[in-house]
Amino acid sequence: MTLHPILAALRRHKVAALLIVLQIALTLAIVSNAVFIIGHHVQRMMRPTGMVEEGLIRIVQQWPAAPSGDDDAAIEKLDALQRADLETLRSLPDVQEVAASTSNPLLSGYIDGYVSLDADQKGQSVHVAYYYGDQNLRSTFGLHLIAGRDFSADEIRHGRAAPGSPVIIVSKPVADRLFPNGNALGQTVYQDGKPATIVGIVERLQNPRWMDSDWVYNSVIEPLRQDDAWTGYMVRARPGRTDEAMREIRKALFATNPMRLMPEPYAGIHTFAELRARAYRSDRGIALLMGLICLILLSVTAAGIVGLTSFWVVQRHRQIGVRRALGARRIDILRYFQLENLLIAGSGAIIGVLLAFELNHWLMTHYEMTRLPPHYVAIGTVAILVLAQASVLVPARRASNVPPVVATRSV
Amino acid sequence: MFAYYVELAMRSLRRSPGLTALMILTIGFGVAASMTTYSVFRGLSADPIPWKSDRLFVPQIDAWGPGNRRAGGEPEVAFGYLDAMTLMRQHRAKRQSAIYSISASVMPSSSGRNRSPIPIDGYAVYDEFFPMLDVTFHYGSSWSADDDAHLSPVVVISDKVNKEVFGGGNSVGKMIDIDNREYRIVGVTNDWNPQPNFYYTVDVGYGPDMPDMFMPFPYAVANNIAQAGWDGCRKGEVDPGSDFTALLRSDCVWIGYMVELDDAMAVQQYRGYLDAYASEQQKAGRFHWAPNTRLRDVPAFLDYQHVVPSDTRVSLLVAQGLLIVCLVNTVGLLLAKFLRRSGEVAVRRALGASRTAIYAQFLTEAGVIGVGGGVLGLLFTAVGMLSVGQVLPARLAAMAKIEPDLLSLTLLLAVAATLVAGIYPAYRAARVLPAWQLKAQ
Repeated sequence: MTLHPILAALRRHKVAALLIVLQIALTLAIVSNAVFIIGHHVQRMMRPTGMVEEGLIRIVQQWPAAPSGDDDAAIEKLDALQRADLETLRSLPDVQEVAASTSNPLLSGYIDGYVSLDADQKGQSVHVAYYYGDQNLRSTFGLHLIAGRDFSADEIRHGRAAPGSPVIIVSKPVADRLFPNGNALGQTVYQDGKPATIVGIVERLQNPRWMDSDWVYNSVIEPLRQDDAWTGYMVRARPGRTDEAMREIRKALFATNPMRLMPEPYAGIHTFAELRARAYRSDRGIALLMGLICLILLSVTAAGIVGLTSFWVVQRHRQIGVRRALGARRIDILRYFQLENLLIAGSGAIIGVLLAFELNHWLMTHYEMTRLPPHYVAIGTVAILVLAQASVLVPARRASNVPPVVATRSV
Repeated sequence: MFAYYVELAMRSLRRSPGLTALMILTIGFGVAASMTTYSVFRGLSADPIPWKSDRLFVPQIDAWGPGNRRAGGEPEVAFGYLDAMTLMRQHRAKRQSAIYSISASVMPSSSGRNRSPIPIDGYAVYDEFFPMLDVTFHYGSSWSADDDAHLSPVVVISDKVNKEVFGGGNSVGKMIDIDNREYRIVGVTNDWNPQPNFYYTVDVGYGPDMPDMFMPFPYAVANNIAQAGWDGCRKGEVDPGSDFTALLRSDCVWIGYMVELDDAMAVQQYRGYLDAYASEQQKAGRFHWAPNTRLRDVPAFLDYQHVVPSDTRVSLLVAQGLLIVCLVNTVGLLLAKFLRRSGEVAVRRALGASRTAIYAQFLTEAGVIGVGGGVLGLLFTAVGMLSVGQVLPARLAAMAKIEPDLLSLTLLLAVAATLVAGIYPAYRAARVLPAWQLKAQ
């Protein structure tokens, strides 16, 4: 079949054809960018934390009227309160393990700094987040220790949180950045100028920030029970007993000492699943919204193609009849409309590809958006061409059913 | 005549219910997506203090130097203790206040065993904070400059705390125990809580929590009342964390600062003053870089701080794109619908109807579809607004409200959009040549 008759016929429906071209171009441009945005947010939501998240419970609380400053008496008093809490939590029937812990992945509050190979931070240095906790932190989090050992009980210091412990556990990316040869274990590094020996390496530990960054998995665990107005504990419930453990924890803590504050939403007793849902709520929301908009866009475009093609099928009733009478088979009529649609949708897609990159470029200059990878546009193009072909099938079928006898009737 | 056209339109729309439903749905979806995202955007970009926002300014001074700047060479927003205190002492603006965040507790009034304290969050500020920001009081007023100077233990509490601790009523003059220190209450706010929070410039944004109390900045510092907000330290400097006395001595930044300047002249002078201060520090050898200062008014500052999340802006944009596609689609469908009735047009024209009459008839039909789309759009917008909570964090979702003008705007948008979409199809219909069309049939 040659293209000539199709083009000649389209010239009589210039505006209608242009409308479809325009609609397909806009749809492709918007959908490929929206799908890219969805992919970005979904990818972020899928990031593993490195912890075994099932059964984890986070407790954040505040001691009222806690002294600030670093006099010993105040620190000892806070530490006694904290040890009593840890003891209480450990004694609960549905609690498997307890650790003093200042923060955890996705909690957003964090202390960061730089770990380097030399004291004056001239050479290689790595941006890290510090996690403070006791000897149970690694196992309570469920982190995978790939080299070295855990902290021993006598290595745990207490006091105000500040980096500078003599021994540390680091995440693998930190070890790899500082020691590309893989000999990080047992080496001495400097945390903001203070020396520390790497005694253990965990495979993965996300930092507490929710946002994207180039140091998402750079974490250091410091053996220190932080004595501060704010205290945090991480609890691992016995398998399948999370709800019971949550109830026990609240009751037991307030029974031990009612003088504590848990201002929601950031403090309080929460399962890690809740924290995860909260951290990624807006990511999930944006992905849902963009998904919904894509769905509407594609349906509207498909419906538009059906509507307009039906219109000109009706208009060309006579011509179709004539062609049939002159010997065109049904399949020829069907192919005609399919090819015509491919032509229209194809030119729409070409413009749409250009528009998609243009839109992405505009979004990149005005908002924090990354470059649209070409395969998103490629997949979008294929999808929209298939959609167009599927939508044209209905009116094209109807056209192919026009009987040859129509040619001989005059209305 | 109009009623007749409406009747014609209804009859024509009934004749092809599928196409009609499709057009109404298209318009409804397009309008609802736009209006939902727009109302969220509008809710989030509202001016928290419209009568005064152009006279309130946030200064910034680069106390860290190159290598520690934010993107675009921007200095930190927060101040270290030293710079904030010098600016307060030199007192060059009409009004000014340093501010830091405090997290404390009080005991509730109900008596009983095992009572737990209630958390109260607030700010340490100077006396000028209250008139500068037009803080509204239920009882009493702010403290005086003398109270600041003499380190008086005075406090302004919110009505919410007043109710929780004293059961309400005029509590001015009463004493309140906050974290084991006695304070004299000088004022009870009207639960003052402008949204977004723009006055704690270290951390602006939307939050449901109103400030529960304010206390004098100098008193809070003198009594080591720790700061509870964000603090940042330059690369290589150890973050003192919760050690407040160390924080005061450090170069870390954690204090917000706001000034009131009445006219362009004052703004210019204050800008000059900030630069002069920075170059003085440079001469003294404390800063090793040229002055790098900023002075933004509240709207510019909120914009700079991305108070409206960029996700919200992008969503609005994408939704507008959807509306445009829906309109293009409607143009196509209307064109198909109108041109299919060329015969009818030809008969009407042959019987003496003018082109204007044809225009009127078809635009009326488009308008009727627009009204249908608008009504459906309202329904979808309502559904959209109810599901905003699924998409946005609660503190942001709370800002998007269904307002009466939003409803009328939705209808108006639907009708206007459909009329615009109907112009070209109506033009084509009006141009049908009666003789040619009738002969062809």
